Amino acid sequence: MSRMKPEEEYKRTKAFHFFRWLSGEKDPYIGNMEMKPQKEYIEEEASIQDRMRESQMVMDKVYNLKYNRWQIFFRYFYRIMAVVFCILLLGLLLFTVSYLPPTGNASNPDNNEVAKRYIEKGMQETGAVNIVTGMILTYRAFDTFGETNVLFIATCCVMIMLMIEDAESKKEEVLDDMRFEPKNDAILQATAMFLVPVIFIFGIYIILNGHLSPGGGFSGGATIGAGMILYASAFGFEKTQRFFNENIYKITKVTALCMYGLIGIYYYVTGANGIENHIPLGIPGHIVSAGIIFPINICVGIEVACTMYAFYALFRRGGL
Amino acid sequence: MRIFQYILLFFLVVCAISVSFSKKLLNSILIFMSYSLVMSIIWICLESPDLAITEAAVGAGVTSVLFFVTLKKINAIEEENQKGEKESMIEQRRR
Repeated sequence: MSRMKPEEEYKRTKAFHFFRWLSGEKDPYIGNMEMKPQKEYIEEEASIQDRMRESQMVMDKVYNLKYNRWQIFFRYFYRIMAVVFCILLLGLLLFTVSYLPPTGNASNPDNNEVAKRYIEKGMQETGAVNIVTGMILTYRAFDTFGETNVLFIATCCVMIMLMIEDAESKKEEVLDDMRFEPKNDAILQATAMFLVPVIFIFGIYIILNGHLSPGGGFSGGATIGAGMILYASAFGFEKTQRFFNENIYKITKVTALCMYGLIGIYYYVTGANGIENHIPLGIPGHIVSAGIIFPINICVGIEVACTMYAFYALFRRGGL
Repeated sequence: MRIFQYILLFFLVVCAISVSFSKKLLNSILIFMSYSLVMSIIWICLESPDLAITEAAVGAGVTSVLFFVTLKKINAIEEENQKGEKESMIEQRRR
């Protein structure tokens, strides 16, 4: 390589840095980027040997077929019974299907005045352009309230089973989780930095536009929850705990469910007693329209997003 | 469009069968993930995009992540690697 410049001046040019990086002498990113060393998880020898002995014992007692005649018999029996059961179930289901009315028949029981009413008067009565959301959040708001409660109860059950209250075992669990935590993965972090805001904005858009375009509270909440999981897995739980810890989780979750309940009660009471509904429907097609659908969508979205993230956090380290 | 849907439905059946027949748990989760993804495309073909969004977020995203976390917790992923790791750990301690 012929050089017009003297050596010291050449060392300051970008081309020199580039070729140095290309030949692998020095990585320009090392030193500039924040690379925290991870605490190393060291397992004690006794516990390792204990675990190995236990697994060996299980292997000997259960899976070693030479000394276990009963196991051999059970395996054959299990396989035969599985096939028989599958065939029986298949036959039963096909038998039931043969009794169903044909699709698209005019005299089918699903072709009644309810569907007609939804299609003809749905937009006028609910104010929602997206008729599916209008249907499930007004005509069938009681069902959706039950579904939201199911989500709430599911997280409660997972918390009862997996939540760790004891301080020492919690510390142990966090240490154990560090083995599986990504070791400050640069690729994952860069991707997450780009993707997480986009996912959040898309989820919020789905929730807020629930009565105008396809989607609604559940889909948008699930999208936001997936974005939060990506954020947590890329940057670790310490970063997520800055904006979403246990207290905030409890407050938002209960508040969302209570809000839904209150709005729902108002709607049921006025509807059942024939009292005039004072929530204005607005102009169909505007963002703030469609009466109760807009706030209920937000409540359901918060509820679902919290549920998704809580499942992930509880599964992974037994605490939010 | 019809042929495309038939291809997708065929792929769905293949995925569903191969989930139960794959030996490694990690592989079966990945196949299950692709099953959800194909299912979400089918939802779009059936003109229900709201279900497609939910399926893509919950089926392909959250459920598989929960499966991965659970498999990690019970040490079912990379069983062979971990066995080697344990042995090398014990050897290091002995030295």
